[in-house]
Amino acid sequence: MREHLPALQVVLPLFGALIAALVRGPVAAWLVTAIVSVASLVISVVLLRQVIGGEVISYHLGGWDPSIGIEYRVDIVSALILVLVSAVAAVVAPFARLSVAAEIPEDKVAWFYTMYLISLAGLLGIAITGDAFNAFVFLEVSSLSSYALIAMGTNRRALVAAYQYLIVGTIGAGFYVIGVGLIYMMTGTLNLTLMAERIADIELSRPILAALAFIVVGISLKLALFPLHVWLPNAYAYAPSVATVFLAATATKVAIYLFARYVFSVFGRSFVFADLPLTETLLTFSIAAIFGAGTVAVFQSNLKRMFAYSSVAQVGYITLGISLATLSGVTGALVHVLNHALIKGAIFMALGSAVFRIGKCSFEDIAGIGRKMPLTSAALVLAGLSLIGLPGTAGFISKWYLVVASLELGWWWLAALIVMSTLITLAYVARVVEAAYFREPSKALADVTEAPAEMLIPTWILAGATVYFGIDTQLTAGLAERAALVLMGGIQ
Amino acid sequence: MSDLVAAASGFLDHYNQYITIFLMVSGLYIVIARGNMVKKLVGLSLFQSSVYLLYISAGKVHGGTAPIIDPGFTVYSHPLPHVLILTAIVVGIATLALGLALVVRINEAYGSIEEDEIFERDRDDK
Amino acid sequence: MITLIMLIPAATAVLLPLFAGRPNVREGTTLLGAVLLFATVLQLMPLVLAGETPELPVWTVIPGLTIAFSVEPLGMLFAAIASGLWILNSIYSIGYMRAEQAHRQTLFYVCFALALAATMGIALAGNLFTLFLFYELLTFTTWPLVTHRATREARDAGRLYLLMLFGASTMLLLPAIAWTGLAAGTLDFTPGGILAGNVGGIGLGILLALYVFGTAKAAVMPVHFWLPAAMVAPTPVSALLHAVAVVKAGVFTILKVIVYIFGAETLAASDRANWLVVVAGITVIAASLIALRQDNLKRRLAYSTISQLSYVILGAALFTPLAILGAALHIAAHAVSKITLFFAAGSVHVGAHVDDISRMDGIGRRMPFTMGAFTIGSLSMIGVPPTAGFLGKWFILIAALQVKEWFVVAVIVVSTLLNAGYFLPIVYRAFARAPAKGEGRIAESPWPMVASLVITAAVTVFLFVWPGAPFQLAEMLAGNAAIDASGSSVVEFPLEGGFR
Repeated sequence: MREHLPALQVVLPLFGALIAALVRGPVAAWLVTAIVSVASLVISVVLLRQVIGGEVISYHLGGWDPSIGIEYRVDIVSALILVLVSAVAAVVAPFARLSVAAEIPEDKVAWFYTMYLISLAGLLGIAITGDAFNAFVFLEVSSLSSYALIAMGTNRRALVAAYQYLIVGTIGAGFYVIGVGLIYMMTGTLNLTLMAERIADIELSRPILAALAFIVVGISLKLALFPLHVWLPNAYAYAPSVATVFLAATATKVAIYLFARYVFSVFGRSFVFADLPLTETLLTFSIAAIFGAGTVAVFQSNLKRMFAYSSVAQVGYITLGISLATLSGVTGALVHVLNHALIKGAIFMALGSAVFRIGKCSFEDIAGIGRKMPLTSAALVLAGLSLIGLPGTAGFISKWYLVVASLELGWWWLAALIVMSTLITLAYVARVVEAAYFREPSKALADVTEAPAEMLIPTWILAGATVYFGIDTQLTAGLAERAALVLMGGIQ
Repeated sequence: MSDLVAAASGFLDHYNQYITIFLMVSGLYIVIARGNMVKKLVGLSLFQSSVYLLYISAGKVHGGTAPIIDPGFTVYSHPLPHVLILTAIVVGIATLALGLALVVRINEAYGSIEEDEIFERDRDDK
Repeated sequence: MITLIMLIPAATAVLLPLFAGRPNVREGTTLLGAVLLFATVLQLMPLVLAGETPELPVWTVIPGLTIAFSVEPLGMLFAAIASGLWILNSIYSIGYMRAEQAHRQTLFYVCFALALAATMGIALAGNLFTLFLFYELLTFTTWPLVTHRATREARDAGRLYLLMLFGASTMLLLPAIAWTGLAAGTLDFTPGGILAGNVGGIGLGILLALYVFGTAKAAVMPVHFWLPAAMVAPTPVSALLHAVAVVKAGVFTILKVIVYIFGAETLAASDRANWLVVVAGITVIAASLIALRQDNLKRRLAYSTISQLSYVILGAALFTPLAILGAALHIAAHAVSKITLFFAAGSVHVGAHVDDISRMDGIGRRMPFTMGAFTIGSLSMIGVPPTAGFLGKWFILIAALQVKEWFVVAVIVVSTLLNAGYFLPIVYRAFARAPAKGEGRIAESPWPMVASLVITAAVTVFLFVWPGAPFQLAEMLAGNAAIDASGSSVVEFPLEGGFR
C-alpha cells in the first residue's frame, strides 16, 4: 500500500470524481469531495515526510521502465507542491458546501464537485509526474475541468471568460506539447530525468532552442505571465467563489512548478540563464507584471477582479525570483508560491463569504462591511497586510528573500523596484480597508450578518496561516530553501 | 537546374514538416483574426492537428509497417508517438466539445456568437 | 517580565471588544491595562539602572532574522514614558471621547492598546528586525485612529499617513536593514555599533540617509507632511501617539541606530555623516517658521513637534556622548510637555469648542487650569527653567560648544526665539485679552481631562527639579555611545556637563 501512494495521490481524486458524478446528490457529492481532499492531504504529507531528507521516490506506473513507461517521481520540490495543492483543497472543502449551494443550481452541484475533483487530480498529476507527455495530459485534464468550473459562474460573463480561457489555455498546452515533441525527436525520451541527461550534449542545437521557446511560452500562458495574462482576471472574477479560491491558490502555482522544473532541471541553469538571456527577458516581464497589473488592480471596482489582477502582479514576484537563478532568488520564488497561495486563498474565501451574504462584492456593496461581518473582514485585512508584506506576515518573508537576493547580486535598483512596488499593493489593499472600515454601511448591508462558522473557520485557517508562516518559517522558507537547492542542482 | 531540383527534393523530403508549420500558423491565424466563436474553435482544431502531424511524422520509419507484430515483417514504425497522439486526439476532441458547448451556452445567454457583439452587450448592461 | 510587558497591552486589546456594550467596564479595562503595564515596566527599571541588560530571545524567523528583546537604557526610558503617559491619556480619553460623544469608541480603545503594544515592542526590541516589525505594526494600528472621524478629510489624511510612513519605511528603512544585515552579518543592537569596518566612506553616508529618511516617524524634513495631516485624529490620539509614541518611536529609532548600529564614534570619525546636523537644523528652523503662521492650534503644535523632534536628531547628529545624553533627555522632556499642550488643546476644543488661536481671547480666564498647564508646557518647549525642556537643550548646547559646532549653537538660539514667538502670543491672548461678552464664567472641561493635564504639567516641572531616573538612563545611554567599535570607552565619566 505504502509504495503505491504516488499513484493513489492522483487516482484517488480521479476516482472520487467518478463517484461524485454517480451519487448525484449535492450533499453526498460534497461529502465525497471532502473525504477525498482530506485523504489527498494525508497522502501528500506522508510523501513529503518520505522525501524531506533528500530522497527521491520513483514509482513506475504499470511496472514499465521509465525509458518507455510513465514514471511518477516525488522529490522535495514536487512533494511541496503536492502538499500545497491538497492542503488548499482540504481547507476549501468545508467552505465549499454552503457557498456552492448558494451559487450553483441544485441539479448541477454534483457536476461541480466532479469537475472540482478532476481539476484536483490534474493539478496533483502535473506535480507528481516525471513524464513530459503525461504532464501535458494532466495539464489538459486540470484545464478542461477548470473551464467547466468557471463557466458555472452565475454571471453570463463567466461563459465568455471560460471560453477565452479555453482558447488561450489550449494554445498554451499546444505550444508546450510541440516543445516536448521537439525534445522527444532529439533525445528519444519523454522522461524528464533522461531528457535532462541527454539534452546536456546537444544544448545549442536548433530544435532544442525552439523547444525551449515553445515550452517557456506555453507554460507562461498557463501561469499568466504578463502580458500573457489576459485570460486570468475575468476567469477569476466571474467563476463561482469556490472555484476562484481553489484555482487562484493552486492552478498558477502548479504551472510555475512545471516552469521551474523545465528551466532548472531539464534544460539546466547554465544553459538557460548563462547562454541564453532568460534572466533579462523574464525579469523584464516580471517587473512589467508587478507594476502593470498592480496598477490596473488599483483601479478596479470589483474586488474579485481587483485581486485577480493582483494575482498577475504577484506571479511577477515569483517569476522575478526564478529569473535571478540564485539560491536566495529561487527560494524567494518558492516561498512566495506557498505564501501567495495561502494569502490569495484567504482573500478569495473572505470575498466568497461576502458574496454568500451580500450577493456581490464591488466596493459599493462592501462599504462598511467591517461592522456587519467583523471576523470575515478582519481575515480579509490580515491577508491583505500579508500581501503588502508587513513584517510578521508571510508576505514579508517572500519580500525579504527577493530583496536580499537582488542585493546579493549587487542589483540595488532591483531591490529598489521591489520595495517600491509594495506601495502599489498598499494602495489597493488600503482601498479595501477604507471601504470596509472607514465608511458607513450601505443600505444593502442592513440585514447582513457574520458568515456561518462553516465558512469562517476555513477562512481563518488560511488567514491565520499567513501570519503564522510569517513567524515560523520552518515549513515554508525552510523547505523552500531545500527545494531550491534540489532544483538548482538539477534532478539528482 | 540541378540546384533547383536539389532544392525541390530537399523541400519535398520534409514536406510533412512544412504542412505541420502551415497548419499551425493558419490555425493560430484563424483563432486570432476571426471574431466568430465557432470559427475560432475550428482554428484551434487546426492548430491541434498540426501537433498530431508533428508527432506522427517523427514516428515514421522508412519502409516500416504498422507496429503489429507479425512474422512477415521486421521493420515497424515507432509505436509510441501513435499512442501519444491517440491521447492528444482525445484531449483535442474534449476541448472542441467543451468549447462548442460553451458557444451554445453563450448563444443562449447573449443571442450571438460574434465576439464584438458580445462585448458590446456586456458593456450595455453595466 | 518582558513577556508581560508585551502581553498586557495585547491582552487588553483582545479583551476590549468583549465589553463593547458596557462602556464603564471597557474603559476600566483600558485603565487597568495601562496601570499594570506601567507597574511592570517600573519593575524592570532597577535592573536596568543597575547596569544590567535584561534579554529575551524569542524566535528565529529565518536565519539572520530573529525576534528578540533586550532592555537597554534608552529603551527603558522610552517604555517608561510611553506606558506612564498611557495611564494619563486613558483618563483623558474617557473624558474627551464621552464629551465628544464619539462613535465607535471600542475600535478606538482597541487600536490604542495595540499601538501601545507596538510601542513597547519598539522600545524593547533587541535587534533591527524586531524594531522594524513593531515599527510597521505601529503604523498600521494607528491608521484607524487617524481616520477615526470617518470623514473624507480623515480618509485623505489616513492615506497620506499610511503612504508616507509605510512608504518611507519600506522603501528606505527595509533596504537599509537588508544592507546592514548583509554587510555586518548581524542585526543586533550592540554598544559601539556593528558597522565599523564593514561599511565606509560614501556608503556610510548613504546608509545613514536611508535610516534617517526611512524613519519617517521622526518627521525630519522632507518626510514630515504626514504629521500635520494626522492632526485630524481625535485629540487623545494626537496627544499620546503623535506627540509621544509614534514620533518618539521615530527619533528613538534614529538615536538607537546611531548609537547601537553605526556607533557614535564611527560616525564622528566619518566625514560623510555631518550633513545630518544641517538637515536637522533646517528642520528645526523651518518647522518653527511654519508654526508661526498656523492659526489652528493643533496644527501649530504639530509643527512645533516636528521642530522639537529634530532637536533630538540635532543632538544625536553631534555624535558626542554629551549631546546624545541631551537628546535622550529631550525625548523625555518633550514627551511630557507636548502631551500637556495637546491635552490643553483638546480641553479647549471640548470645553469652549474653539480650535483656532485667533478665537482664544481670554480663554485663560474661563479655563484657568487648562491654560495654566498650557503655559507650563509652552515654557518647557521654549526651554525656560524650571521646566524639563531646559535640560535637553542645555546639554545639546554645551555639547555643541564643546565641539565648536557654531551652526548648532545658532540653530538653538534662533529656534528658542521662534518658539517663544509662537507660544507666548497664545498665552498672552488667553490671559491678557478680554474674552468676548458673556463668556467670563469659569467653565472647565470634564474633570478627567483637567486632572490629567494638570498632572502632566506638574511632571514637566518635577522633571526639572528632580530628573532622577530619566537622567541616569540618559547618562547610561551616553556611556554606551562613548564605546567605540573595539569595545572600550573613549570618554571619562561622569561627564563634564556641569549640571546635576
